[in-house]
Amino acid sequence: MATSAGVVKEGEGASWAVVAGALLAFDGVVVEGDGGARILDGVTVDIPDRGVTVLTGPSGSGKSTLLRLCNRLEVPTAGTVSYRGVDVAELDPLAHRRRVGMVFQRPTLFPGTVGDNLAVARPGADDACYGAALERAGLDRSFQDRSGDELSGGEAQRVCLARTLVTDPEVLVLDEPTSSLDPASTRVLERLVRAEAERGVPVLWVSHDLEQVRRLADHRVVLIGGRVADDVAAAAYLGGRLDGDGWSHG
Amino acid sequence: MADIGWVGLGLSSALVAVAVGVSILRGLRLEASILWASLRALVQLLAVGAVLTVVIDPGRPVALAWGWVAVMVAFAAVTVRQRAPDVPGVLPLALLACSAAALVTLGVLFGLGVFPMEGATVVPLAGLTLGNTMTATVVAVRRIVAELADKRAEVEARLALGQASSEAARPYVRAALRTALLPQIETTRTVGLIALPGAMTGLILAGVDPLDAVRVQVAVMYVVLGSVATTVTVVALGLTRRLFTPDHRLVRIRREAT
Repeated sequence: MATSAGVVKEGEGASWAVVAGALLAFDGVVVEGDGGARILDGVTVDIPDRGVTVLTGPSGSGKSTLLRLCNRLEVPTAGTVSYRGVDVAELDPLAHRRRVGMVFQRPTLFPGTVGDNLAVARPGADDACYGAALERAGLDRSFQDRSGDELSGGEAQRVCLARTLVTDPEVLVLDEPTSSLDPASTRVLERLVRAEAERGVPVLWVSHDLEQVRRLADHRVVLIGGRVADDVAAAAYLGGRLDGDGWSHG
Repeated sequence: MADIGWVGLGLSSALVAVAVGVSILRGLRLEASILWASLRALVQLLAVGAVLTVVIDPGRPVALAWGWVAVMVAFAAVTVRQRAPDVPGVLPLALLACSAAALVTLGVLFGLGVFPMEGATVVPLAGLTLGNTMTATVVAVRRIVAELADKRAEVEARLALGQASSEAARPYVRAALRTALLPQIETTRTVGLIALPGAMTGLILAGVDPLDAVRVQVAVMYVVLGSVATTVTVVALGLTRRLFTPDHRLVRIRREAT
């Protein structure tokens, strides 16, 4: 089960992740909801420190919860989440969240201009810094003066990406960021995030769109019912459509 | 001094009969409620009157009046909890807010010698302060909880950018506090033009010169404004701490059906 990229981790359904120095390591992670129901039920998986890892699975399988654990918007009921070998619980949450930049499902702009939004992420930075972030998100520098209200959905989500990039994150985690976007805007965002991965910013992207998984994923993790699916279940979920496309053990 | 006496009270109850008559005529089925509310108000106020007769008796130590104020603070806090039961830890917060409001406003009034400190001033001024504090606390906690629940996505986006919880909550708490304070400011601004405020009405009925009554009333309104401002500040600080974890996560907020 070894590949040139590293060692495929054995054990509880973790065979999708290739370990080449794990970026994020989930070890026996359980998250319980309000009523005690398990949203995540013993997840053990490593997210590699390079490229784009797509986290996929049916609705309600715990994808967003897993993502929120990465920057400690959520904490595990049991088990540990480690970032580059250190338990996230031991890290300063505010500094950690700036290292692990997050983009949410719906574009969530704060009131005011695009510039105001960027300033929330990094108060007092100069225009060049904001402009550079906008350009990384495929937007012209002149966007700084635009009001958040007058942007299209695709533009708003790219401003959210720029706002995250202003903090100079080491990692990007994105929670179905294209689910409310049209196909053209979706492709633009995919291209931008791919470029970030190529700049050396590893990406964890949640998606339930199997075509998107195929377009985007260097590595895949399939969650089903709060657990990491084993090879067979994952292949069944992905419908075998990705066979011959290098999906097994990326 | 106007004294209506027991006969006057009995005659005024004829108006309760009018209300009951209207209810019967219009088929509102509110007769029992009206009678019960009228009776309850009478008994409650008579009981309070009896206590006050003792408490504000100039022959007794003023400490007795302060003891009664402590009881009022406790009642106010319990009432706040009843009106905002879903807010986590609302009872200690309301106790703190009411105590702070009472301390600040009564401290100013008596510390600066605006009123002479005696039972007859301590108890009614504390009552005015606490009555308004209670209302403001309920409005403030409900608004803060609602605002943070409605804007959860924005708050979490701010947290995800590395903002501390106090910073992430600030715009939403500010909006909530404005909502809680504006009615009080509005009342202060328009007072006298439409409704004559309670303290002044009472004083005029009791035979006090209207200008003297106005001075008392204005002082009272400043007290109320001060107490409300104190309250909402305490509530905002305390509640923000309860709605976020020490590691800067927004807790799950269960919204009451409103």
